[in-house]
Amino acid sequence: MLIFERSKPGRTNSAHMPVVSTPPSDVPETLLRRTPLVLPEVSELQVVRHYTRLSQRNFAIDTHFYPLGSCTMKYNPRIANRLAMLPGFLDRHPLAPETTGQGMLASLFELQEILREVTGMAGVSLTPMAGAQGEFAGVAMIRAYHKGRHDEGRDQILIPKAAHGTNPATAAMCGYEVREIDVDDQGDIDLAALDAALGPRTAGLMLTNPSTLGVFDRHILEIARRVHAAGGLLYYDGANLNAILGKVKPGDMGFDVIHLNLHKTFSTPHGGGGPGAGPVGVAERLLPFLPVPYVGETRGQYHWITEKTRPQSIGRLSTFMGNTGVLLRAYVYARVVGREGMPRIADYATLNANYLLVRLARLGYEPAYPKRRATHEFLLTLKTLKERTGVTATDVAKRLLDKGFHAPTVYFPLMVPECLLIEPTETESREELDAFVTAMEEIWREAHESPEVLKAAPERLPVRRVDEVRAARGLDLAWRPEARA
Amino acid sequence: MPFIPHTPDDTRSMLEAIDVDGIAALFEEIPASLRAQSLAGVPPAVTEREIGRLMHERAFADGGFLTFIGAGAYEHHIPAAVWEITTRGEFYTAYTPYQAEASQGTLQLLYEFQTMIASLTGLEVANASLYDGASALAEAVLMAVRLHGSSRRVLMPETVHPYYRKVVATIVGAQSITLEALPMDDRGRTALAAVTEKLPGAAALVIPQPNFFGLLEDVHEMASAARAAGALAIGVVNPLACAWLAPPGEWGPGCDIAVGEGQPLGVPLSSGGPYFGFMATRREHVRQMPGRLVGRTADAAGHEAFTLTLQAREQHIRRSKATSNICTNQGLLVTAATIHMALLGPAGLRQVALASHANTARLVERLTQIPGVERAFPETPFFHEAALRIKAPVGDVLRALEAQGILGGYPLGETYPGWEDGLLVCATETKTEADIAHFAEHLERIVTKRRLDPPCAYKDDNTRRA
Repeated sequence: MLIFERSKPGRTNSAHMPVVSTPPSDVPETLLRRTPLVLPEVSELQVVRHYTRLSQRNFAIDTHFYPLGSCTMKYNPRIANRLAMLPGFLDRHPLAPETTGQGMLASLFELQEILREVTGMAGVSLTPMAGAQGEFAGVAMIRAYHKGRHDEGRDQILIPKAAHGTNPATAAMCGYEVREIDVDDQGDIDLAALDAALGPRTAGLMLTNPSTLGVFDRHILEIARRVHAAGGLLYYDGANLNAILGKVKPGDMGFDVIHLNLHKTFSTPHGGGGPGAGPVGVAERLLPFLPVPYVGETRGQYHWITEKTRPQSIGRLSTFMGNTGVLLRAYVYARVVGREGMPRIADYATLNANYLLVRLARLGYEPAYPKRRATHEFLLTLKTLKERTGVTATDVAKRLLDKGFHAPTVYFPLMVPECLLIEPTETESREELDAFVTAMEEIWREAHESPEVLKAAPERLPVRRVDEVRAARGLDLAWRPEARA
Repeated sequence: MPFIPHTPDDTRSMLEAIDVDGIAALFEEIPASLRAQSLAGVPPAVTEREIGRLMHERAFADGGFLTFIGAGAYEHHIPAAVWEITTRGEFYTAYTPYQAEASQGTLQLLYEFQTMIASLTGLEVANASLYDGASALAEAVLMAVRLHGSSRRVLMPETVHPYYRKVVATIVGAQSITLEALPMDDRGRTALAAVTEKLPGAAALVIPQPNFFGLLEDVHEMASAARAAGALAIGVVNPLACAWLAPPGEWGPGCDIAVGEGQPLGVPLSSGGPYFGFMATRREHVRQMPGRLVGRTADAAGHEAFTLTLQAREQHIRRSKATSNICTNQGLLVTAATIHMALLGPAGLRQVALASHANTARLVERLTQIPGVERAFPETPFFHEAALRIKAPVGDVLRALEAQGILGGYPLGETYPGWEDGLLVCATETKTEADIAHFAEHLERIVTKRRLDPPCAYKDDNTRRA
């Protein structure tokens, strides 16, 4: 039942209504609202109960193992939320003077320094509000760099075929032509294809390493050498940084620009799809182009660095200074994990993924790259299973929901048929992984003995399989009072 | 090890299962020269208690001011239930609802949110949100250019929030779109003569309501002029104002796209984010709208169910041909906003808008009684902000107010040349008569240089506001 269907005319919550003796207003009648506002008229208890019950119709990290590949669904420590929501931080206006925000600015400055160290970059700006905005900032800096050198003919960005869809979408937003590069049968970039694509039109290469295929590109140093030799820059998509956090620095691999997803690697909440934060880091030669504002420090006083002192900056990406509340959560997380804890994240994320890969392979599930080690995630293909039983990746995903596990990422990357991308993260225990293996074992058996059960899944969730075709055809995007039956 | 549950025995047995002799062996495919670098720049781990103490000190140092700054972010009362429910783990730690059956809570909530935003803006469909107000405007500009098809020129009034204009320039800058500025007239509104002069051949006209100076624009005339010239009308609105003022769907023939900053709907100020942007449009334009969309449909048993829809517009399917590179929405903020709007209801939201208008009117009346303080545009109606001109150096005045625990407004000289004496003030429903009087007394003392009350340290524990 929708909240609107619980509504009753005249029901109000006076505790939330300010008392006003409205003085005469000079706003003309023509500028006032004519149509009624479709908001529910419900009591506070009705609201609390309605949304509490809705929340219970979700899977979440707090309730379920959530091995969604390339999304790093690890535990979000409660302390990060509690401290980011202290009134002093929450109530501060974004345009309040810097003197009234030294505590917040100090935290952001220290976060910049921590990210600089773990990525091996020369400078960091925290302002992008999501990974996709970080990508935009990164590619815009590549563009600004070439433009600043009057190196005009570079109109192509190279992107591996397996890349996340944001990479090509971002390159297009930045005015670039996208050229896709093949990967070889081991999941590494095809160096011959790279050579064929590189040239005077190359602005840069966007790369995720470990890649979205769940493997580390072993030729990374050679790739960096060749891209740089062609005059291009190397962009690091930090989606999979959890695999190498504190062990390998993108700057050492030769990357010139990088974005991080703090909602992945630094454990800020995914919130049902945002807010994220997508800080960017750059090598020395790209420092002048960093998006503003970011935090500077002079003799113990923190201040915003803006376009006033960085005229070559690619500019602003958000109304104010980015998702401060998310950044504070990431800062708290980084401090509690600390220097010793960071490489352990990569260690145990990788241990969990390799353990799960070995266990699932023994059950008969087919690794997409059987000769490779898993990184923090790995890719299975159900191509053979589908040929034999008709069961698809979607069927397996939906059946996993019935067994109390969120599904892995399915049908991504698009180039691997019927694939499941599985990322357990370091915060899951061996018992949880073993329970997942047991569920996958049952599904394997069902696929061969009673595939119709998988086709009909899920059967134990609040709804059965949802009809997406009907949603797109009917396109019911908003409730209307007149539609009330 | 923080947040890692493995016992030494677990680690050993898992390594055995993999058949390697140590975790280091799992990284052997990475070139050795890249492995095991120093992390000297990362501080050693601290305990929860230690970080708690540090952050309490920092938050305490930042808090406790009486704020009259608006300029795109507004202090409003947020009912306690809003964030109590929003931070439930089931909302807080879920992800984008790709698996519809396991995400019905988030999906239904987003559908309710889309309904509320469509109604607030007076348009037919809304998406599940964008990052913030400024980036939503940038997306609206791109959408309008796609819809128009033949023009890449967009008219942008100077009365639009200066940071919105900067963000739009950053985001659309690489796509050969021209942003043409429209000047403001002597009443603080977009000059209609310039609108009619520049509209022919333009793809879109941006219309702010209220504008950055808090003033109400001639929205009906502007939207009508855009329609007559074959350009799209993009309304940039404060969603709270839409509960009282005419929403974009009611302007002249109606706007094509409405966007804005969702922060006034239950989102704390939080030094600028996370907030959320909203976007609504006419039904016929929905396929060019960026961002996530939730539709109501049925499950295999015919029961009501919700799912993400029209994903073919999005980057994970369309790649370089997508409507935008945006992947997510601002789910958690939208959760808060939906609960906030449900709690306030139509009457409550309108009442907050009216109270904010009334308080600002009182504030302006009181402040302009001070010699040397006057309204910049006394004839033009405002919503809940007003531009003042002050016969005293604004920077010094603001610093003197800050010493008394008062943040007195936004100095317009920061972003508008020629406005070095300008101050933008705002009093939402959170301000009492006493707050307004307190501000006025100090401003009067500072501006008139009366030294009856010598400035003293404000920040002692008796007077600070929690």
